[in-house]
Amino acid sequence: MLIKLTGGQVYDPASGIDGQVQDIYIQDGRIVDKSNGDFQVDKEYDLQGKVVMSGAIDMHTHIGGGKGNIARTLLPEDHRQDPVSRSDITRSGCGHAMPSTFVTGYRYAEMGYTAGFEPAVLPINARQAHMEMGDIPILDKGGYVMLGSDDYLLRMLTAKKDQKAINDYVAWTMNAAKAIGVKVVNPGGINAFKFNQRKLDLDEQNAHYGVTPRDILEVLATAVKELGVKHPLHVHGCNLGVPGNVQTTLDTIQGIGGLPMHLTHIQFHSYGTEGDMKFSSGAAQIAEAVNNNKNITIDVGQVLFGQTVTASGDSMRQHYNHKFASPNKWVVMDIECDAGCGVVPFKYKDQNFVNALQWAIGLETFLLVNDPWRIFLTTDHPNGAPFTSYPHLIRLLMDRSFRNEVLATIHPEAQKMTTLASITREYTLQEIAIMTRAGAAKLIGLKDRGGLSAGNWADITVYTDNTNRQTMFEKPDYVFKDGELVVVDGKVVHTKWGTTHVVQPDFDPSVETGLKDYFDRYLTMKLGNFKISDDEITEDGRGSITVHPLHI
Amino acid sequence: MTEITEVPSPFCGVGTDDLKIQVDGLTVKVLENGCAVNTPAFEQAITDTQPRVDGQIVSLDVAVAKAAALLKNTALPVIGGCATDVNGMRGLLALADHCGAVVDNMNFTRARNNFLALQDSGWMNTTLAEVKNRCDLFLVIGADLEVVVPRFFERYIWNAESMFIEHTEQREVIYLGTAPSGSASTSPNGKAAQVLPCATDDLPEVVAVLRALIKGKPMRAESVAGIKVADLQVLADKLKAVKYSVITWAAGALTYRHAELTVQTVSEMIKDINNQNTRCSGLPLAGKEGDLTANQVCGWTTGYPARTRFSRGYPEYDPFMNDTNVLIAEGEVDALVWVQAFNSQSVPPVTDLPTIVIGRSGMTFSKEPDVFIPVGTPGIDHVGHAYRTDNVVAIRLKKLRNSGLPSTADVLNAIDKALREETVC
Ligand SMILES: [Zn+2]
Repeated sequence: MLIKLTGGQVYDPASGIDGQVQDIYIQDGRIVDKSNGDFQVDKEYDLQGKVVMSGAIDMHTHIGGGKGNIARTLLPEDHRQDPVSRSDITRSGCGHAMPSTFVTGYRYAEMGYTAGFEPAVLPINARQAHMEMGDIPILDKGGYVMLGSDDYLLRMLTAKKDQKAINDYVAWTMNAAKAIGVKVVNPGGINAFKFNQRKLDLDEQNAHYGVTPRDILEVLATAVKELGVKHPLHVHGCNLGVPGNVQTTLDTIQGIGGLPMHLTHIQFHSYGTEGDMKFSSGAAQIAEAVNNNKNITIDVGQVLFGQTVTASGDSMRQHYNHKFASPNKWVVMDIECDAGCGVVPFKYKDQNFVNALQWAIGLETFLLVNDPWRIFLTTDHPNGAPFTSYPHLIRLLMDRSFRNEVLATIHPEAQKMTTLASITREYTLQEIAIMTRAGAAKLIGLKDRGGLSAGNWADITVYTDNTNRQTMFEKPDYVFKDGELVVVDGKVVHTKWGTTHVVQPDFDPSVETGLKDYFDRYLTMKLGNFKISDDEITEDGRGSITVHPLHI
Repeated sequence: MTEITEVPSPFCGVGTDDLKIQVDGLTVKVLENGCAVNTPAFEQAITDTQPRVDGQIVSLDVAVAKAAALLKNTALPVIGGCATDVNGMRGLLALADHCGAVVDNMNFTRARNNFLALQDSGWMNTTLAEVKNRCDLFLVIGADLEVVVPRFFERYIWNAESMFIEHTEQREVIYLGTAPSGSASTSPNGKAAQVLPCATDDLPEVVAVLRALIKGKPMRAESVAGIKVADLQVLADKLKAVKYSVITWAAGALTYRHAELTVQTVSEMIKDINNQNTRCSGLPLAGKEGDLTANQVCGWTTGYPARTRFSRGYPEYDPFMNDTNVLIAEGEVDALVWVQAFNSQSVPPVTDLPTIVIGRSGMTFSKEPDVFIPVGTPGIDHVGHAYRTDNVVAIRLKKLRNSGLPSTADVLNAIDKALREETVC
């Protein structure tokens, strides 16, 4: 079957195509080159006047894993506001803050997304993360495995193991947990919380191990680079949400010494202490540091107003944040000498000074960072807002007058504390395509995704151009996943299963000697039972594994 | 004859995975690291392998077709039991979604004590490896732990080595309420657990006093339910003085009305302790016969725990109204599907409703169901996944033998397919 998409305006930053009219051909799930020769088109879509992009990729979204399911279980009243009925081709479920798995897949696809990456896969909970993602239809998925508060790594650091040993451990864990990246959350802080430390600055020592967050960041960022993993170390830094943490974030950027590093949901790490409320925007300083340090990438973690739930591995900071829980119920867990989690429902209010300024700080960050290849569009779903608010966020970025209208409605003191009104920048369609497609695929290291040139998988989204960008991005005309038409006019018309993206860095097999001893002495599972086999993802016939190349 | 090592168990709730098992044809023998719960569950012989309709042996296809026919024109079927592995629950939820059924895990009324507390105020919990390495005071409230999990103390309290406890035998174990029936909680150097005994249904009062003492509230009473307040004060002081206490309870053992309030008081007390400059965590005990598995899979599939109905086309959770026994008693349901792949003793309630049983081989019925399909046991007859008590760790179950028995998922998917192909139900 040869499909032709005719006459659309194509935004494909991966090949430098910026709105030119081009035809696209799809065969056997991939985009093919049909510039010459005889061929017969089996199905043609007339896309004149339509905007064509590759399928969007959410590079940081909490869609699989234990804390998400705790968040679901915690909030039946939220689900009741948004029941989703079954249809002949789709399953029932629920939506809003933390949607059910099937609804997650449908709603992402209905916005033109074709992949999502779970950023906080605890090694010991990786099985669950993959099982949940295995029940998300349509989307491709993958995960970043969390290290940095695990006792094994901290013991290695205390024992002064060399970088090679750490690389082997990181590579082994990535293979065992079936990951495509490595994340660190409040480096060492989740562990320190188990020793009753309630805060941990960049250079503060873990009370038991004497190791600092700076030490952990350095060895992990080095490991990721030396292993050839394309996705840089994914960092949720120290002091999330703490006024004044902008300095911690700037120190973190300087401290990494030029190694590739991705700072996630940086909005939550960009707070100053100026003004009467001792809470101010550090976005300008952060943007300047990002602009000046090409080794740094960021995603924003934009806050949008309304009810949501925050689900994080950062048990230390989430325990502190429980004071703001709305509704007032929350869960904090210590997990398996591996990590932890904290789930706290939040209601961000535009008339709350702090929330309103958080909103503005996120937008300032988007607008002050120059290079769209190094900044990514996220709300840290569901932490800043549910992913379903992306079209609204895109409009805020692309439409200055709309942005200023909303700005005029937020807490008046927050309006005085932001430079947002004076920022004239409006994102272009090409910049949106970079942030949500080509840039994301490049950042994660996805081969043959995120572009529209021949050889790419045919993940394609078609929109009707509309000056109201929210309307435009809410309801694509067509979405193709691996060449199959899955969405028409913003509604799922067909479902399929996506693949699980992984990398498999090499390690010295002798790394298992020390690990086996550790598992037998201290953990509660045998090493052999800890490792996830390929079968576990593929055995029901709907999952598959796609291994991506390393940088070597 | 083969020997398989590092076998994980779905039966004991704590994911014991050091069993050594010998398989000879269909015969399974636990060679090492068995216990009173796991050994009989693994060793139980396969007695029936063929499905029955109206008591007559039939092929699997015929049994599946009959089950689909029984479900075809139902207004509100209930799928009870829900005791299976992750893939079994996936199949169960798909079938329930398509035919508008109620899904109700058989242990939900017990688990509800935890869910109501969780959904009202939340908690601070921990997992087994943290207990093994960090716990310095272990408080058991209202549970005879070693009967529920025979190897708990051996594996997680009296473990030979621990990362942060220098001598594990110096850990303090205290029981509040039920006294232990055996000596598993006695330390290797002979120190017996302290017991502050009271009747189970006096626990609400006792934990309320303990929480008040933790918060420093003055107490005029000198004793509560037979326990001296001074003794509770000592316990409160210890909880505040130690570094990482763990408090455990079994929701199912709190057999009195509104026991969720006890779970809530305990969970709020744990939060209070964490606000007094030390750490303390809860450890709810569960994980039997797939109860946590059912709630986890139903959780990500619907947003709600496994007492949820699909009769209006979308999931609706009601921890009271969607109870199988209530629905049957009130005549609201018109068919019963019972899914129990782990325990052949656990049979469906006897009713006049059309009844389909997807059960572990060896079930005997006082009233033969309309359809009985024997299925393999996850972790013995086929691979699978199950959640253990801390609700974080899913264990990978192994296939030990070739019994030819279908899995729960195989059977439920076949019924679902038959229903969808024949009719819109
Ligand atoms: Zn996140």
